[in-house]
Amino acid sequence: MTAPLLQVKDLKVHFPVRTGGVVIGRYQALRAVDGVSFDLAPGETLGIVGESGCGKTTLGRAVLQLLPVTSGAVTWLGQEMTGLGAAAVKAAREHMQIVFQDPLASLDPRMTAGDIIAEPLRNYHPELSRAEVTRRVGELMEQVGLLPAMVNRYPHEFSGGQCQRIGIARAMILKPKLVICDEPVSALDVSVRAQVVNLLKDLQKTFGLAMLFISHDLAVVRHISDRVLVLYLGKAMELATRESLYQAPRHPYTRALMSAVPIPDPVKERAKPRIILAGDLPSPLDPPSGCVFRTRCPKATAVCAAKEPVRETSAHGHDVWCHHWRE
Amino acid sequence: MTDMAAPDVPPASNIGPDAIEGRSLWQDAWRRLMRNKAAVASLIILGLIAFFSVFGPYALAWTYDQIDWDHVEAVPPSLALKHYLGTDSVGRDLLARTLFGGRVSLTVGLLATSVALFIGVTVGAVSGYLGGKVDQLLMRFVDLMYSVPLTFFVIILMVLFGRNFILMFLAIGSVEWLTMARIVRGQTLTLKHREFMEAARASGGSTASILIRHVVPNVLGVVIVYVTLTIPQVILLESFLSFLGLGVQEPMTSWGVLINEGAAELEITPRTLIVPAVFMTATLFCLNFLGDGLRDALDPKDR
Amino acid sequence: MALLDVRNLTVRFDTPDGEVQAVSDLSFTMEKGECLGIVGESGSGKSQTFMAAMGLLADNGRATGDVLFGGANLLTAGEKQLNAIRGNKAAMVFQDHMTSLTPHMKVGRQMAEVLVRHRGLSAAAARDAAIAMLKRVQIPDPERRAAMYPHELSGGLRQRVMIAMSLLCHPELLIADEPTTALDVTVQALILDLIREVKEQDRTSVILITHDLGVVAGLADRVAVMYAGRIVELGDVAQIFAAPQHPYTQGLLACTPRLDDVGKVLKTISGQPPNLQRLPPGCAFAPRCPFKIAACAERPPLRPAAGGGLKACARDDIASINRAAS
Repeated sequence: MTAPLLQVKDLKVHFPVRTGGVVIGRYQALRAVDGVSFDLAPGETLGIVGESGCGKTTLGRAVLQLLPVTSGAVTWLGQEMTGLGAAAVKAAREHMQIVFQDPLASLDPRMTAGDIIAEPLRNYHPELSRAEVTRRVGELMEQVGLLPAMVNRYPHEFSGGQCQRIGIARAMILKPKLVICDEPVSALDVSVRAQVVNLLKDLQKTFGLAMLFISHDLAVVRHISDRVLVLYLGKAMELATRESLYQAPRHPYTRALMSAVPIPDPVKERAKPRIILAGDLPSPLDPPSGCVFRTRCPKATAVCAAKEPVRETSAHGHDVWCHHWRE
Repeated sequence: MTDMAAPDVPPASNIGPDAIEGRSLWQDAWRRLMRNKAAVASLIILGLIAFFSVFGPYALAWTYDQIDWDHVEAVPPSLALKHYLGTDSVGRDLLARTLFGGRVSLTVGLLATSVALFIGVTVGAVSGYLGGKVDQLLMRFVDLMYSVPLTFFVIILMVLFGRNFILMFLAIGSVEWLTMARIVRGQTLTLKHREFMEAARASGGSTASILIRHVVPNVLGVVIVYVTLTIPQVILLESFLSFLGLGVQEPMTSWGVLINEGAAELEITPRTLIVPAVFMTATLFCLNFLGDGLRDALDPKDR
Repeated sequence: MALLDVRNLTVRFDTPDGEVQAVSDLSFTMEKGECLGIVGESGSGKSQTFMAAMGLLADNGRATGDVLFGGANLLTAGEKQLNAIRGNKAAMVFQDHMTSLTPHMKVGRQMAEVLVRHRGLSAAAARDAAIAMLKRVQIPDPERRAAMYPHELSGGLRQRVMIAMSLLCHPELLIADEPTTALDVTVQALILDLIREVKEQDRTSVILITHDLGVVAGLADRVAVMYAGRIVELGDVAQIFAAPQHPYTQGLLACTPRLDDVGKVLKTISGQPPNLQRLPPGCAFAPRCPFKIAACAERPPLRPAAGGGLKACARDDIASINRAAS
């Protein structure tokens, strides 16, 4: 295996949240991401899956240094990113870009499609001539399936899928090594979703991109990822190759999650067994002791409350954080 | 639930390759504004008032400060003497004075508002976008300025720098920017959390370029509406200052001054009040209608 | 007699950019105890159909046609008559569970008020009934939750409260508009279970409006697929999923990523969702349809199709082409 492009080690992102009364409030740490580690090889896609509040979006932003990291390390091409100055972070970001969830909201309504796509280029390569920028924008628009003739149109004149293509083109124009896709298809119509998923896969092949594909949709993640990381309440639950994870999920949370995804086939959907998760997601201000999933886990025992599970690796490099995964 | 938004119609999508030029939000807003009859009428009336205020005085036989020595008294409207709306009590042509007053009032309105616009947008955008200590500092300064009484402030300025036409723009502008700054700051704060701002940061934009390219164009809609409401305020403020003897001085004049003079002679020659008052209220009304129209045009969902 | 009979429903909106026809000449019937799934993308008119039926259109909307429910025509009924039906005989659950509850009122009181208004119960009796209903929808510790404000509950619990509230008067018809779209999958599964249970135990008819084919597969008896304000296919759930007759339904099924198969490349429907202001004169799906023929320039009527359903497509050989391809 080649040297990793990105290494995240024991990453923690805590937000101070004021709790208590108006006068004698105090600050508590909201543990959005709490000790997550993973590697990403060049050209690889890592799917990051979890429900709302699991910290997947925060994780993506923290890798880009768009949010302050509390502790841990984000190593990009052998260089430690946390604690770098603004200029160095900006330099590193040239090779890591992001695609957002809401296609329309992530585009400045007062700018034309061409200007939006060209913006990163202007920021990083102000020396390029106007003609060169226009040429590159046109070329890329074609690659993402937009008519280059639409370069002077404004975001509100495009449909959701087309807006997302503009967002993708903006992320691709610097020919980055890593693109973080934060729920890139969740806000799109079903018929357009597949187009965008296929587009991302194509671009990945053409540009040799690595991707962090953040999504709550296990089916989409299965289509696009090489490996998958399952998060719950800011902690990693399971990290494995796609085949291994989807064919033989080890963690009770992953199993419950998979059993809850509806299958568009009435026969299978009505026959499939279901694992019901009891209760609500605990507050990230006050996570349970030991294993954070134990309050809803069907397999929880005393040891789960007492001890935090550590990473255990089974065959084929399938990592799982659970005391009971062998059962 | 009747306020449910219109149907989930996708926006003007499916653009054919035939239509290449895009229509910006500004152009869209302009189109909607042009469909608003009250706003269009206001725009035309304002244009006419401005046109005649600027060029009218050149076409008249009398200037604003010229006394008709043959008739040093209030002359009723007369075509023969070329006093089309008569004269004031000392024999100066009323139409010439009203048009000239319009020049002064509109200039004060526009310039002072421009000053307010420039300072307000800069301070508001910087304060809102940077946040933290800078924000605290700037906003406390704004609070401080709010607490200084306007007349007191203007008097101090006059005492320090003497009576000066330009000073008045500065004085009024320096008061009017406070609200503008607060409005822009509020807008910036909501913009800051929009995804496209994050996208701008992620694509390597510097603070200055984000402010200029993303923040300012997006707050401009709200700002323009506020500007149309500020101009009338400034015009009124100017007449108030002039009334106190702190504004323009004889023989220079403004609508505020003329109305003030006319009010004194209301019982003898009501037209000395009515003429400038009609011009001024027409302007104020039109600006307000225009502001309403702009608000609807820029924010069609808010109706 | 059918429980709900919609005939030639057309919904138009006046927008700043001209008139938009969100629903066009829509007709269908629904029997008691049935669950009808309405599937469509944005702009398909799936929500507006039922907003119109319940008299909840936005101010700029107008509906024509007939919506017959329990002997009354809802489109011509007065506000008073509608209020007596809404929340009582027909209840709605919306996607947006946060804004559908009044924020400054305790959950229990909001629920009790519905009973006082529609059933004329005393305050105490209404409160007991509300708590019983919260228990019925499996809200743990219902007495305590009833004394909470909406923002104190999680999204899943709020949606459950919404369902409990809609069930208070034992409606004959429950209209669930994207009831699980904003929820996590594990919570979605619980809410769908709840709706299924309501349907089976109370014989409540359910209209399930969604864009998610998986949700429909688990719950619906019949499915109507909508596109650009019209039904393009209507049939039994088994038939729709096993042998879709309309190219749009086929396309939707083929382009949905599924957890139970590892597709190499997802099939796609080309083009963009329809723009209601610029629909083609014939079949609205024709610009995106791989099977387009000359006849598609004329609007195809909804007509009986193989397998017992209805379809609005000019061709009859779509299903066989599709089978041969896969």
